[in-house]
This record gives sequence, C-alpha cells and structure tokens, in this order.
Amino acid sequence: MADAAQKAPDGTRREFRNLHVTQIVGYRLPLAGIVSILHRISGALMFVVGIPLVLYLFQQSLTSEISFEGYRTIVSHWFVKLVLLGLAWAYLHHLFAGIRYLLLDLHIGVEKAPSRKTALATLVISLTLTLVVALKIFGAF
Amino acid sequence: MTTKRLIVGAHYGLRDWLVQRITAVIIIAYTLVLLGWVCTLPEFTYGNWAGMFASPWMKVLTLLALLSVMWHAWVGVRDIFMDYIKPTGLRLFLLIATIIALFGYAMWAITILWSV
Repeated sequence: MADAAQKAPDGTRREFRNLHVTQIVGYRLPLAGIVSILHRISGALMFVVGIPLVLYLFQQSLTSEISFEGYRTIVSHWFVKLVLLGLAWAYLHHLFAGIRYLLLDLHIGVEKAPSRKTALATLVISLTLTLVVALKIFGAF
Repeated sequence: MTTKRLIVGAHYGLRDWLVQRITAVIIIAYTLVLLGWVCTLPEFTYGNWAGMFASPWMKVLTLLALLSVMWHAWVGVRDIFMDYIKPTGLRLFLLIATIIALFGYAMWAITILWSV
C-alpha cells in the first residue's frame, strides 16, 4: 500500500480519482476499455429507449388484428427502423460484451493478449450482426 | 440476539453481482428460445404471432425474461448513477424514478401478456 501514499514532488499527497464521464473523450482507451464503455452506453440506451419502445410495440403487435396492422405500419417507417437498428446494435453489443464478462468471471481470457483478442471479437461480431440486421430491416433480403 | 449486517468490505454487493449474471443468462436463454420459435413460424401473421403467446408456458417464460430484464436494468442503471451522479438529492431522485419506471414496466408487461 506504500504506492498509494506516494508524495508528489511538492510534498502534497497525490489524489487518485475515478474518471468522470466527461473526461472520456480525452483518453485513448484500450480495446477492452472501448468495449466496457460501450457496454454502459448500450445498456443506458436500452433502458431509456429500448424497454418502453419494445413494450409498446409488443402491445401493439399482440392486442388485436387491427393493432397488429398498426404495428406493421409503425415499424415500416424509416425513422423507426433506424431507432430499432440502433437498439439492435445496443442489444448485440451488450450481449457479446456480457458473454465476455461471464467468461472473464470464469477466468477465461484474463491475460492481456487474450483479453484484447476477445474485446476485438466482441466488436467484430456485434458490428457484423448489426450489419446483417440492417440489411434485413432495410430489405436487402 | 445481535444481528451482524455487513455493510462494508469486499462482500458488499455480492448479491447484486450474482443477480446481474443470473438474469443475464435467463435473458440469453429466452432470446434463443424466442428466435428459434419465430423461425419455425410458417409466416409472420397476427394469428401465428399471438398464438405463440397464447400458451401459458410462453406467458410464464416471457414474464420471467421481462422481470429479469427489469432487475438487470435496475442493477446496471443504479451502478451508472452511483458512478456519475454525485449530488445526493439528484441521485436519490433518479434512483426513485428508475424504480417507479421499472415497476411500471413490469406491471405493463403483465397486462400485455395476459390480454392475449
């Protein structure tokens, strides 16, 4: 614990603080750090927009045949498609980053090099699948 | 009899840590079940879609997944507020608003599911 009490050159005790959210842009994060902050951002996005929107659409799709048609009209609007694509990315990123954390809990991929690899894999897999979802909702197949 | 309730130290928060992981696994499992089931639907029509949720098994599974989402969101959102929102009054307000919203969503989910 001697390190924590290190004195700065002017004799005052050095203070270590957590990063504030507004300082993030000034830092060059390692890949695992990018995955981590995106995990938070995607989670917050799903809480603020995702849960209420999905529950609303779920209700529209289930209430009656008429509301089901209404649901189809809503989700065929380009802006709604864009929002749903954003939520699809949030879900996919959160899912794969979450699986990575579960593996870390089991002491899989904890070392520096493998951890970087799984962070990269998280980004590649979630972004590729988001692209597939984009092609699907915008009617490429 | 004295009750020793540990409020500091490494074990504080262990329950939430565990909750976060158990609910995550439930959500992943439900996602796979839902995806698999939707893929077996011959066509995405109202009858087929609503028919899926008419089964009491599916209602219970969906409710379990949605309640897991709410609990999972609670732990995550609370962590975000604890990290970034320093003024106590504002933080308390946001935490209470989150609890009310998540509780409302859970009730909403129940009414949707049992109206099919």
